[in-house]
Order: sequence, then C-alpha cells, then structure tokens
Amino acid sequence: MQEMHPAHLDDLYQEVILDHYRNPRNHGEIPNPHVSSRGFNPFCGDEVFLGLNLDANQKIESVAFHGQGCSISQASASILTTLVKNKSLPEAEDLSQLLRELLRGKELSDDELDQIGDMEALQGVRQFPIRVKCALLPWATLDDGIADYRSNISP
Amino acid sequence: MLDAAKIKQDFPILAKLVYGKPLVYLDNAATSQKPSSVIQTLVDYYEGYNSNVHRGVHALSMESTQRYEEAREKIARFIGSPGSENLIYVRNTTEGINLVANTWARANVNDGDEILTTEMEHHSNLVPWQQLAKARNATLRFIPVTDEGTLDLSNIDSLINHRTKLVAMTHMSNVLGTINPVKDLTAKAHAVGAHVLIDAAQSVPHLPVDVTHLDCDFLAFSSHKMLGPTGIGGLYVKSDTLEQMEPFLTGGEMVQEVTFEGATWNDLPMRFEAGTPNIAGSIGLGAAVDYLEALGMENVHQHETEITQYALQALKELAEEFTFYGPTDPARRGGIVSFSSPHVHPHDLGTILDQAGIAIRAGHHCAMPLVRDRLGVAATARASFYIYNTTEEVDLLVTTLKDALRYFSKSLSLP
Ligand SMILES: Cc1ncc(COP(=O)(O)O)c(C=O)c1O
Repeated sequence: MQEMHPAHLDDLYQEVILDHYRNPRNHGEIPNPHVSSRGFNPFCGDEVFLGLNLDANQKIESVAFHGQGCSISQASASILTTLVKNKSLPEAEDLSQLLRELLRGKELSDDELDQIGDMEALQGVRQFPIRVKCALLPWATLDDGIADYRSNISP
Repeated sequence: MLDAAKIKQDFPILAKLVYGKPLVYLDNAATSQKPSSVIQTLVDYYEGYNSNVHRGVHALSMESTQRYEEAREKIARFIGSPGSENLIYVRNTTEGINLVANTWARANVNDGDEILTTEMEHHSNLVPWQQLAKARNATLRFIPVTDEGTLDLSNIDSLINHRTKLVAMTHMSNVLGTINPVKDLTAKAHAVGAHVLIDAAQSVPHLPVDVTHLDCDFLAFSSHKMLGPTGIGGLYVKSDTLEQMEPFLTGGEMVQEVTFEGATWNDLPMRFEAGTPNIAGSIGLGAAVDYLEALGMENVHQHETEITQYALQALKELAEEFTFYGPTDPARRGGIVSFSSPHVHPHDLGTILDQAGIAIRAGHHCAMPLVRDRLGVAATARASFYIYNTTEEVDLLVTTLKDALRYFSKSLSLP
C-alpha cells in the first residue's frame, strides 16, 4: 500500500488552514464599504469579494469577504480579515508584502512572524508553486481595492 | 477492450514515476501522450530529410514534400474526406475555427443573420462567433443544455430557421463527455440553407468520424489530442464552399504569381497555408493516424466506453459526496467524467490526486459559461480516458478520491 499522504500534503493543508476554510471568519458583506474589490483567478475560477470600512482615524474598522474557491484561497481570505482589522491601509499593505516575501521563501524575523499570525500556516504552499496564486488572490484583491480607493479620493 | 497494458509500452512517458509513483494519466481531453512511432517520425524528419516543402528541386525537399503530402492524404482519408485538397493544415482546432470565422463567415454572415451554437462549447468555438456576431451585426443563439447534460432539442425547429447562416457545434463536449447528434442537426441546418461547422477536437481522437457521412461543411481537430505532436491540426472544408473562400493569411506558399501590384492564389488547399508550415508536425500526425488505424477507431471508442462505464459504476460509491455530470446513457457519451463535491474543491482534489501520481484537470475546462452558469459551479474535476488507461487506474482514482474526502473531512462533520 502506498503512503497516501506524503508529509508535504500535511504542510499544505495544515489544521489552521482547514479550520479557516471550514469556519471562515468575517464571512459576508459590508453594506456600502469604503474599500471594495473583486479578485478572480481565471485559471481555476477562484473568486474573492472583499469589503472594508474605515473609522475616523483611517483605520480598518470592519472587514468582510465572500467568494468561492479552493481551501487555500478561501482560508487565506479568512486569515486576511482577521489580520487587517484595526490596521491602517499602509499597515495592511505591509502585511500583504510580508505574505509575498514569505511565499517567495524569505525567512521572517520573530517580530514579523508575530505580525502575520495564522498567515504563517500558508508557508506550506511554497512546495506547491501552482497554488501560490491561490494564497495570494485575497491579498492582491486587497491591494487592488486600496489602490482604487486612493485614486477615487485623490483624482 | 484493448490491451491497454501492452499499448502503454508504446508510450515512453507512461513508464515515468511521479513522486516515486507510476504516472496515471487521466488528462487526455487536454492533450494525449505520444507513442514512440510518432516521436520517431519527428527525429527522422530532422535527422534525415529536414528541408522546406513545395520549393526545392533537391533530394531532401522532394522527400519532405512527398511525405508531407502523403500525410495529408492519410489524414484526409482517416476523417472520410473525399480528397486531400479538402484538408487544410492548421495549428489546432482553435485556428481552424478562426479561419472559418475570418473567411467564409465574414463574407457570408450579414446584418440580422443568426449564428447558432450550443451552451456546451469550448471557448474556441464560442469567442470567434461572439466576435463575428459583433462585427457583422448578427445574433448569436444557443441550443440549451438539459440538466442531464445533453442538447435540449425541444425548440430546435425555431432555433434553426431561415435567418440561420451557420450552426457551429461541438461533436463531443470536453466537460460532459456528451456526444451530440451532429448528423441530424447538420441535415436540419442544410434544410434551411445554413452551413455547419463541427468542433471535432474531442471526437476525431476518440470516435470513428466520417465527414462525408456527417455531410458537414467544416470540421476542425487538433493533432495533440490524438497521439500526434502539438502545433498541427486539420480543417476540413467541403469542396463547393472551399472554392468560394477567400484566403485568410497571405504571403509566401499561398500564392501562384505575384507582381508589384497584386497576386493570384495558389491551388487548394495551399491557398490557406501561408508561410512555411509545420512539416515535422504534419508527418507526425500522419504517424498518429497510422497508430490509431492499426487499433481501429471502433475499438478505440469501445475501449473508452467500457472504461467510462466501469468508472461511473465504481464512482457510484461516492455518489453522496460528488455530483457527476453528463449523460447516463453510455451510447451518448465518450471517455470524460466531470465531477464536483461541496466538501473538496476541485483544485484541492487535483493537488491530492497529483500526490498519488494521478493527473486530472481541475477548473472550468475553457468552457466557463457552461461550467459556471449552466452547471452552477466555479470549477469541476475532470478525468478523461484514452487507449492506454486501465480499470486498475480507475480503481486507484476511486481509492484516492475516498482518501481525499477523508482528508478534508477529518474534523468536518459531513451533513
Ligand atoms: C471541444 C474542444 N474544442 C476546442 C478545443 C481547442 O483545441 P486547441 O487548443 O487544440 O485549439 C478543445 C481543447 O481543449 C476542445 O476540447
């Protein structure tokens, strides 16, 4: 009998990821969000809608996502919503950048690891290059939404 | 059934190990593997007689021209074409369809005309018609697909009407495996004076196809899905239509005489083959046809029908977890099985099967409107069979699918 689940499948599908997939956090829609965008991966049909509202200090007050797709894209979206709450837009963009660096293979410092929380579980994706796009989809959606928001407030 | 284990030995790639496990190749609808005999023709060409065709007086060019044209005759005969001049070499099915859209259709589809296609088309047989309809101010209409995954012909007599100029449909769906009644639909289309294009990308590799019997006006297919090399395919055009068609691409090869002011066109079918063609590829496709003919297309079809029935039977065990798409009647489907589960996304399934050495396809299969709007899912997983697939491989697929389910529902309480 063959070993059905080589170790690296467990790296990809860590409990943290499966938990976010099955019980997504902040799942739903925010009415009239300040920042909103849709991300779509035509390769596999994964789709993420992201909406967020800012408070008077320009911090992210509420955030929600919905969409459809594989465990990696949807778990990554769920993790995103937990991380960006109460952050400023530039801070949220920094997190997005950190994920990209993590997936490119960079070793993060202890301080950086603290910041990224559950996102650390996404590093198993590195062994599956074709799935990196799945993990990045919600974050690219966030970056697009923020860019749109900025170009709308300062035309 | 064919002796698939013996056939496998003709395909070097099928001896490969993936993650230390024997490769189980179930992505044949995307592209097939190639037997040594086909690979060897490419080597023989480049080592033995590489030269341009139709222009040299030297020995090598005479040999390459002869083999290139012999391959055309063989391929034309394979699809039941009355002559080899009806077979235009193209890069693939997509190019064949675009050639028709940009030549015959541009000249013959006008304001207010209708083009009829189906809801189960590959983007290759959809987007060119969307573009043409826009350019010519024509209307694109669709034969609907039933819940079972067959064409809904209940309104066919109003869908095919005196405004219909072209019916463009797939012979076999690359998502559902459905084999469409293209001969009957062709007769209906001809009755109102419409032309018929058949997308045979999935049928020519897997079923006996005879263009004379089908009576279609155009039929396109790709070499890479039928054991041949990539970058080559065929477009069959019926003689009366072919003679009226203006060239698509222009330049060398396709001309007879050129002056500073203009040019006259070469004979058929070279008129549609501008520039140096894919010589090795054409000869390689000829070798693929030899291989398939030696097996017999009836036997190929029979083998796939049996494997598919075996698979559908074996997969019944998983009927609570997976939705399976496509007709239940074995006579109406080819060797393609698409499925999805609310618990495991096709993309995740693809990764888990891959780890077991099993290659399947996950996604929309270049038929986004069908998969998303008609089947109502973002993606499906698809296993597609060919002459070298065995029932043991199907068993491994089923076991691994069960495993994937268990994996994903480890702590998930299934409803
Ligand atoms: C039904 C159908 N039509 C058209 C195509 C396009 O073939 P090609 O990419 O070789 O042009 C495919 C291939 O996936 C197909 O399955």
